[in-house]
Amino acid sequence: MDYINAFWVGGLICALAQILLDRTKLMPGRVMVLLVCTGAVLGALHIYQPIQDYAGAGASVPLAGFGNLLWKGVKEAVDKEGFIGIFLGGFKASAVGISAALVFGYLASLICEPKMKK
Amino acid sequence: MTQGLQSIAFEQSPYVVSSASVVGKKEGEGPLGKMFDMVETENLFGEDTWEAAESTMQKEACLLAMGKAHIDKEDVRFLFGGDLLRQGIATSLGVEQFGIPMFGLFGACSTSGEALALASMSVAAGYGDYMLAVTSSHFGSAEKEFRFPLSYANQRPLSAQWTVTGSGAFLVGKKRSHVRITGITVGKIVDFGLKDSQNMGACMAPAAADTIERNLKDFGREPDDYSRIITGDLGYVGQSILFDLMRGKEIDIKKNHIDCGMMIFDQNKQDTHAGGSGCGCAASVLSSYVLPKLERGEWKRVLFVPTGALMSTVSFNEGASVPGIAHGIVLEHC
Amino acid sequence: MRLAGADSNTESLEGEGRVDRKKQQEAYENYVKRKTPVHNLPANMTKAFITGGIICVIGQSILNYCEKMGLDKDISGGWTSMILILLSVILTALNVYPRIAKWGGAGALVPITGFANSVAAPAIEFQKEGQVMGIGCKIFTIAGPVILYGVFTSWVLGFLYWIGKIAGLL
Repeated sequence: MDYINAFWVGGLICALAQILLDRTKLMPGRVMVLLVCTGAVLGALHIYQPIQDYAGAGASVPLAGFGNLLWKGVKEAVDKEGFIGIFLGGFKASAVGISAALVFGYLASLICEPKMKK
Repeated sequence: MTQGLQSIAFEQSPYVVSSASVVGKKEGEGPLGKMFDMVETENLFGEDTWEAAESTMQKEACLLAMGKAHIDKEDVRFLFGGDLLRQGIATSLGVEQFGIPMFGLFGACSTSGEALALASMSVAAGYGDYMLAVTSSHFGSAEKEFRFPLSYANQRPLSAQWTVTGSGAFLVGKKRSHVRITGITVGKIVDFGLKDSQNMGACMAPAAADTIERNLKDFGREPDDYSRIITGDLGYVGQSILFDLMRGKEIDIKKNHIDCGMMIFDQNKQDTHAGGSGCGCAASVLSSYVLPKLERGEWKRVLFVPTGALMSTVSFNEGASVPGIAHGIVLEHC
Repeated sequence: MRLAGADSNTESLEGEGRVDRKKQQEAYENYVKRKTPVHNLPANMTKAFITGGIICVIGQSILNYCEKMGLDKDISGGWTSMILILLSVILTALNVYPRIAKWGGAGALVPITGFANSVAAPAIEFQKEGQVMGIGCKIFTIAGPVILYGVFTSWVLGFLYWIGKIAGLL
């Protein structure tokens, strides 16, 4: 059951983002930023977490889920450490994602060469 | 010699003594594949970087062109060359070994027209017996500079064009051949305010329309006086817009217009959306497809109009529009 | 149809001329929009739906496996991100991920796999410019904004939250 929810919620978020890509002049970079910020804001408004509880990876895997993750990290850090938590929480929560992307991306550059598109 | 507002009619027309085209794998698999002088399936051309590969293409094209005319690099008075990259680096490193005094140019994808115009003007003015005009583009180096790294996963819009990996070199001189450059129309920058860098054809079409109209008016000609009017890389979208713009000027070029960007790739089989683009597009098609037809006399007179989109990565990010420019070269069978 | 011809370019840019030029530019932009073909949106949305859905299902299966192994929710989430990112980088290196995006569009861009691709791709491409000036400087060429604005947004929200707590509202 949770696979079906993950599939359709994740798919829906992607389908909506496709409208932005095809019908507006927004470049992929801007769409990614919009998704992360929207996820953070919806997280703060207590809207994103219920969606994530329902859809699991369908909400956590899209970049909006990354935004929600950033928000949750900051909130927990503020609850625990007060003011300094505002600076502490974001990177702490996103550490796995950013480290993994950086490390694996860099390792890939050591192994592969750029290839032409067909 | 000056003709009309923007043109020159040569009293002693220089000849296109020889030319050569060097292209990459995808171009070699296209409709004109068999006509290019050299097709290299290894897109790095034996080098380490895309930029060095592009330099090698220029070098090979120049060598082939000079070889066909049986002349040495010492016989070439001046070289006019350019490419798409920052500071024209592919050209500088590509032609450096020839030791020919050179002028580095930038006209974006209209560079072949700019180089041919200057080379023919120099010969006609008596500044030398042989001039080389060369230009190139490379998909890898252009994407890296203007768009995205090659392995970036994105969807291209239908108006996007595919930068051609190719180079064209032209030896212009006094030695008789079957093709002469009888006139040129130097283009001016035309900007209709479009800011879409993924729709180059629409950005450049106004410049093409302006130059074609100017050429016809300066020389007192009708479209039918040319066997073909050939634009560089307007692509499918740009061509359609060009026809509309020309109709607005009450000129109909639909019957004899062709576009190098539309010819170099098979839109359906090679998934190149709106067509090919880049300096190398017009140059390689001119050398491999257009000049042979002129040499044989199949076409008597053509107007070659490569078009360029004058944007930089900075200008685009800063919200500037993308102006266009197009140069007209009149080539005749003789 | 009659479009403004070449003369418009030689108009003076003072006052009235500037207004006319702007109107002409808008007219041309609208005209170009009509003439430019666009992708079939429903078809693309469907492909994005399927692609994104499948990636999320893969994520869900990793999540379920972690939770079955007794890991706590946050750590499971961490493992899921890490494995999806690794998969994306491998597919990027093999030049397969761009092909997935060509078909699936937003379905490949939106999941965290798209973020990973946007870090791996510049790293691979800019290696020719050296470790520091090439990869080092340019690895975040595409993903940089995501990190900057993501962290900044969460900072602003965190600040408002902290204020709210101090003020006794939250």
